[in-house]
Amino acid sequence: MEKIIKSLFSLNLPVLAAFLIMGISCSKSPETPEPEEEDKAPTPVVWKKPVNFPDPVYDMSRNPLTEEGIELGRFLFYDGILSRTNQIGCGTCHQQVAAFTHHGHELSHGVDDQLGTRNSPSIQNLAWYPSFFWDGGVHDLDLVPFNPIENPVEMGETVKNVITKLKNTPLSSAKKPVDYPKMFKKAFGTEEINSERMLKALSQFMLSMVSANSKYDFYVKGDVSAFNAQEKEGLGLFKCKCSTCHSGELFTDFSFRNNGLIPLKINDQGRGAVTGLDPDMYKFKVPSLRNVGLTAPYMHDGRYHSLEEVLDHYSDSVHKTTTLDPVFLKPDGKTGIVLTASEKQSIIAFLKTLNDEQFIQDARFSDPGVGTSF
Amino acid sequence: MIMKRIFSFCLYLFSGITFLSFNSCESDPTPTGAGFSIEFDNVVGTKNLVLNGPSNVNSTGEDFVITKFNYFISNIKLTRANGTSYVVPQDSSYFLIMEENKESQFVKLKNVPVGDYTGVEFMVGVDSARSVSPVEKRKGVLDPGGSMEDGMYWAWNSGYIFMKLEGTSPAATSANSKFYYHIGLFGGYQTRTVNNTRVVKIDFAGQKATVSAEEIPEVHLLVDVLKIFDGPATRLSIAKYSSVMSQLPEKSQEIANNYSKMFSLDHIHN
Repeated sequence: MEKIIKSLFSLNLPVLAAFLIMGISCSKSPETPEPEEEDKAPTPVVWKKPVNFPDPVYDMSRNPLTEEGIELGRFLFYDGILSRTNQIGCGTCHQQVAAFTHHGHELSHGVDDQLGTRNSPSIQNLAWYPSFFWDGGVHDLDLVPFNPIENPVEMGETVKNVITKLKNTPLSSAKKPVDYPKMFKKAFGTEEINSERMLKALSQFMLSMVSANSKYDFYVKGDVSAFNAQEKEGLGLFKCKCSTCHSGELFTDFSFRNNGLIPLKINDQGRGAVTGLDPDMYKFKVPSLRNVGLTAPYMHDGRYHSLEEVLDHYSDSVHKTTTLDPVFLKPDGKTGIVLTASEKQSIIAFLKTLNDEQFIQDARFSDPGVGTSF
Repeated sequence: MIMKRIFSFCLYLFSGITFLSFNSCESDPTPTGAGFSIEFDNVVGTKNLVLNGPSNVNSTGEDFVITKFNYFISNIKLTRANGTSYVVPQDSSYFLIMEENKESQFVKLKNVPVGDYTGVEFMVGVDSARSVSPVEKRKGVLDPGGSMEDGMYWAWNSGYIFMKLEGTSPAATSANSKFYYHIGLFGGYQTRTVNNTRVVKIDFAGQKATVSAEEIPEVHLLVDVLKIFDGPATRLSIAKYSSVMSQLPEKSQEIANNYSKMFSLDHIHN
């Protein structure tokens, strides 16, 4: 406020009149009034819940979506400026063509090609997520970006330094110079860049990324012709054998379960490492299966390369440990889910109906020209 | 366009009001004093704490040098002899004390009602409610992307580190002879976990801190690092535990119990 008062004092009367009429912000030089559109309030976006989806978890009243906010979020999502090397953006490991996973990568490589420890999860329908990451360590979408930005093997940067870098844009050396202060102004009213605004813009973009236009969605909304006989059979089998955990329209109950994977060398304890509780050891979040046909490889460590391998795991190689989910225990004490070869093929046919081609081609979610893919 | 006009009008109105009067909000019936200051003076036993300074000995007999010592103080409450108290407004009640930053060691409270205070209560750490609050509630020292120094935040479980003590010791088993105690865990969001928030009560033992319109009392607290190694809960051996963070929740609880006893009153300036 002090600033505003000072600015008012420093203006002579005719300019003050112009100031009041045009409503331009005090941070602008009074000699060069900005064009009218510069001061336009951000345009609200009506976020629509797909009819077959439950109510979202994210409280959008705290961060109302706007066209300018989503657009800023899209630039931030793809821009390598978020990383120490200015090379790794969110979109580097979350590529649209693979439903925002790291196509073909068991583990992802971040700054200086350092490898992470887990498979890059899909970014879609996050408005419904009660927790994030394979271990659910983060409970609020707005707090998610701290993780990849500050992880030394992912982006290796600090949020504080990202903010400093954003304030110093546009950079002529950038692949595509982006004027972030201007974009923040369009989205939030002033050029101020702080962590809250940056995180909320990223959230707005990610909240806009809704995948609900798969063949399955057409089928479930009444178009029975959308499925062939095998897909219908697969859906029936899926409901019987998989939907205890992969439940609802998001195809996950968001619980943490041990699905019988033998721990690899690094002995990733999953949820147990977050809660410190023995019963949580080796549990990982049940992933959504939307677009699962596009997101290979699978599991928290990317160890399986095809859906066939995944189903073979569930039928034949569920490893028994103390925290193995009881859903995998058969009455005879053996482990796994009973599945024949043809049942597996039907389930896979059904799973592929969850692919959403519109989602992975939607220009609103694509790289505006600032990203890198490795 | 309408919004813009309203904004311009408000601006105009505000400037007018500013010229006329700045005192319109002072209608609170409780008289407010000049302030209240609490100094957190970090020491090692009887010696002043010096980062990277002389070697110290803990109760296990291990030599150590401290290289970093930070902790959060929050939810401050000033108590009176008659049992009533002044609770510092929640949003103004988070402080990060850092040994490397002298200024941070003085918690300066404003708007404290005039009167005599006979004790202080505070939390070491960040309360569970604030630990799960939305990003717009994480300002100042609570902003993990802002002014918070030294990464007092675990991004991977979105929890604050309540107390961070690091140093070197010949007893340490780590590759670099360092020991690291990062104590956090606020009780968990979806799954109940260890809760290492601790409330500390300091009774001024007959002394009073008097707030008046002109005078700012200064309560000088001593914060003894040795108590972290030797408290009611456990004797902490650097050789046995060179690193305690989130993966040893039981041990972290014991350390939190220890450090909840590291605060004592030295004196009060009135």
